[in-house]
Amino acid sequence: MTVLVVAEHDNQEIKGATLNTVTAAIALGAGDVEILVAGENCQTAADGAAAISGVSKIRMVDNALYANALAEPFAALVVSLAGDYSHIVLSHTTHGKNVAPRVAALLDIVQVSDIMEVKSPDTFVRPIYAGNAMATVQASDEKLVITVRGTAFDKAELSGSAPIEATNASDDPGLSSFVGQELTRSERPELTSARIVVSGGRGMQSGDNFHLVEAVADRIGAGVGASRAAVDAGYVPNDYQVGQTGKIVAPELYMAIGISGAIQHLAGMKDSKVIVAINKDEEAPIFSVADYGLVGDLFEEMPALAAELDKQGIKPR
Amino acid sequence: MKILVAVKRVIDYNVKVRVKGDNTGVELANVKMSMNPFDEIAIEEAVRLLEAGTASEVIAISLGEAKCTETIRTALAMGADRGIHVKTDEELQPLAVAKLMKAVCEKENPDMVIVGKQAIDDDCSQTGQMLAALMGWAQGTFASKVEVADGKAQVTREVDGGLETVSLSMPIVVTTDLRLNEPRYASLPNIMKAKKKQIDEYSPEDLGVDAAPRLKTLRVDAPPPRQGGGKVADVAELVDKLKNEAGVI
Repeated sequence: MTVLVVAEHDNQEIKGATLNTVTAAIALGAGDVEILVAGENCQTAADGAAAISGVSKIRMVDNALYANALAEPFAALVVSLAGDYSHIVLSHTTHGKNVAPRVAALLDIVQVSDIMEVKSPDTFVRPIYAGNAMATVQASDEKLVITVRGTAFDKAELSGSAPIEATNASDDPGLSSFVGQELTRSERPELTSARIVVSGGRGMQSGDNFHLVEAVADRIGAGVGASRAAVDAGYVPNDYQVGQTGKIVAPELYMAIGISGAIQHLAGMKDSKVIVAINKDEEAPIFSVADYGLVGDLFEEMPALAAELDKQGIKPR
Repeated sequence: MKILVAVKRVIDYNVKVRVKGDNTGVELANVKMSMNPFDEIAIEEAVRLLEAGTASEVIAISLGEAKCTETIRTALAMGADRGIHVKTDEELQPLAVAKLMKAVCEKENPDMVIVGKQAIDDDCSQTGQMLAALMGWAQGTFASKVEVADGKAQVTREVDGGLETVSLSMPIVVTTDLRLNEPRYASLPNIMKAKKKQIDEYSPEDLGVDAAPRLKTLRVDAPPPRQGGGKVADVAELVDKLKNEAGVI
């Protein structure tokens, strides 16, 4: 049996989440692990995938059809290759969530979403109810589609040298075309891979006030996130959202600023190693998960915190 | 244009979910149930297309136990024209729901199906994409904007790095993300009117679908508790603790 990991990339670089997903694929213990790199002019990305440790082969499909990873042609391609594999594994990212169920339905097999632990090749632990319960599930199908929660698995090492095999494109279902994208440009680390994340909530009161969060984040090299309430209120774009319905993060340090700690937010960050909360309401549920809670007005505490970091000579690592 | 919207009955998002003592599932007895929040957004979007004259009919479908009709009534009170209830007491998993909805689509021939991007109970995020695959349709997942013109839909999608826009040939499946719209509250007159709207009932057998679960839940556990509650007096103590005790900055 062989496992296929569907890599996520921008034709140049393999995304960090794919490295965690490869670790989960190896943990299946089902056999060799191969990686599919499908894109346009994606040789550099394929070379990157070849360097991932523990991988036996890269299947590269270089075709304009896959330039933007549209679900319809991309899923058709994965289905055309599926016969060779016992498990098809993707990251539980917007790309993986878009493509994986389409693949599973076309193959008439079950998908196990967002796995956090592998018990055996057919048994997994996955969160339900925003992580308030952990379900151990067993699949009866002979072939499986799986999406992986990146923060639950270590990143694979980069000391491999797997061979790259050019693979044919499949037919275009001709249902969809790419119009454009508006990516959030940021010099800060990407949320799901950042070592430190500082997030603002409804307590920020406006998008402009996020400069208080950014000032602290930049002094310690952190990514900037937000609660769903802050996104709903229009303070920041949706891709900042940490929580059940946004991104799941588990950094070494998570700082929740003006965030009350709704269940759906805790679901996205409670596996962080160290949690700091700053909130003026000392009854806020966020304090019950915080290692270091500071009860106070964030409009006073955040500038003071930035000044204290400067005073102590703290720099991004 | 005819729109089919799926609405799921789930534990209300404000309820703190508890794992049962025998580890077979979560406590559902005497727990407040509501429409999945993303499905409220789906109904709202369909009703807005109806009000704009883009859609001619909105059908709300729910699949599951008898009480799902309450969820359908909520959708009807928000403005859907009629309901379909696929009634079963068996556990329904996403692939089975997609197959049942496919059978309903073949009866009703909708031009668009709108579903929530995920249900807040099983958090699978599969059903919409699976239905699109089974129908051989395009999919606009995690949508924050949907525009329909000339047999095509332009869908703006919330992706990890920002926004992406795709053009899709109709018919399509749309899955809703948070910023697509803000769902309305049903008014009392509309709640009364909804009681008279038609709900057709089918069983999985009527639709000729094997809806048996393919994933078996062996056990359900509470997550390991987190030891929190620590406090610091001021930012100086906070920085000191983060630097010297936790060693993370």
